[in-house]
Amino acid sequence: MKIRHHFDDATLMAYSSGSLPQGMAVLVGSHLHWCDECRERVSQTDRIGGDLLEAIEPVAMEPDALASIMALIDQPEPEQKLRSLSSDRLDSARTGLPLPLASMLGSSLDELDWRRIGYGVQQYDLKLDGPGATRLLRIAPGVSVPHHTHRGNELTLILRGSYSDELGRFCVGDVADVDTEVKHQPIVDTDEECICLIATDAPLKFTGLMGRLAQPFIGL
Amino acid sequence: MQEDDSEGKNVSAAADLTRDRQKRERETWTKVLASLAETRDKRLFAELFSHFGPRIKAYIIRLGLPAASAEEVTQEAMLSVWRKAHMFNASKASASTWIYTLARNLCIDRMRKEKAVEYELPEDEVDPSPRHLGEHAILEQRMKAALGTLPEAQAQVLFLSYYEGKSHSEIAEQLGIPLGSVKSRLRLAFDKLKTHWEAQS
Repeated sequence: MKIRHHFDDATLMAYSSGSLPQGMAVLVGSHLHWCDECRERVSQTDRIGGDLLEAIEPVAMEPDALASIMALIDQPEPEQKLRSLSSDRLDSARTGLPLPLASMLGSSLDELDWRRIGYGVQQYDLKLDGPGATRLLRIAPGVSVPHHTHRGNELTLILRGSYSDELGRFCVGDVADVDTEVKHQPIVDTDEECICLIATDAPLKFTGLMGRLAQPFIGL
Repeated sequence: MQEDDSEGKNVSAAADLTRDRQKRERETWTKVLASLAETRDKRLFAELFSHFGPRIKAYIIRLGLPAASAEEVTQEAMLSVWRKAHMFNASKASASTWIYTLARNLCIDRMRKEKAVEYELPEDEVDPSPRHLGEHAILEQRMKAALGTLPEAQAQVLFLSYYEGKSHSEIAEQLGIPLGSVKSRLRLAFDKLKTHWEAQS
């Protein structure tokens, strides 16, 4: 897979800081599954977090904390956890989808319950909590996606086929990382349909990570 | 004028010293974690626990979990350190970076699980546990050293992002600057840190 379009540094920093909404984090994780270059960059944006961890003013643990952990460390890891990881790996291998997305969908792209939302365009909404929306779009050859606007950032990861717009040509594995102020109108540019994962964040109502995770799903 | 200069030098020399010490510490902990992976020695684990446990707890509290939950997540994170130590690769990350990512992921999972409680918050209510200490804490010597020689405006966005888990839009709103400026400050800060790391190694 030849990947030509990558994330902005600022997006990878948001990923490392844990401040992305769930859908965007799944999208970034999915690209990382395929992209050595961005994985390398994330090891550096993670390092900022590591350095801050070293610099933070420590807060004392409960007096019996170490004893409680020591009591657990000789026990084997709960089987349930191990099983779910290996079933995610199987899903990923079977569907050809990157691991974070495969574990979230649990089925292949063709098995999903697609909903027609316009001429040549189908949608599958992942219905994640938090601000913004996370959805798969399935676009027929020759069709272009009408531009939609909202504040904030929009990430797109190509999973099948390709499209072109003012920013260039996007193929499987590529990401488009844009502010929605950027005007673009993608058009599917081969005779193969294009399927992409799109995640947005939304205008905030709450502040802080906790509040953002809690914000009820508000649609497109 | 001259006095000001020498004072500036002293401050930056002090920061250099702190940074050197932190670099040595970082390398020491990386060795400890790498040998834990090989030996499974519980004494090494206890050392890692006493260093990283209270730091992880502090970090998780900053992100907004109450102290009791932060304690639980920290214990969970340290248990993961023990269980996953064999996956640690010292050539790819330092112990602090690796442990940071473990703790961050567990903290996010925990926050998602606890979100139901937060649904109860009325929309316009201010954050019940305001953590607007960013501007003061940023002045701490230790923090300054960790963030290298970043201009304050850049250090501030890094701090709000990594320590308070704020999104770009939230930072923009809090500081009253455009979203684009938040992102460009983050990019500039990252470039500077990378240059600084290269010079260090």
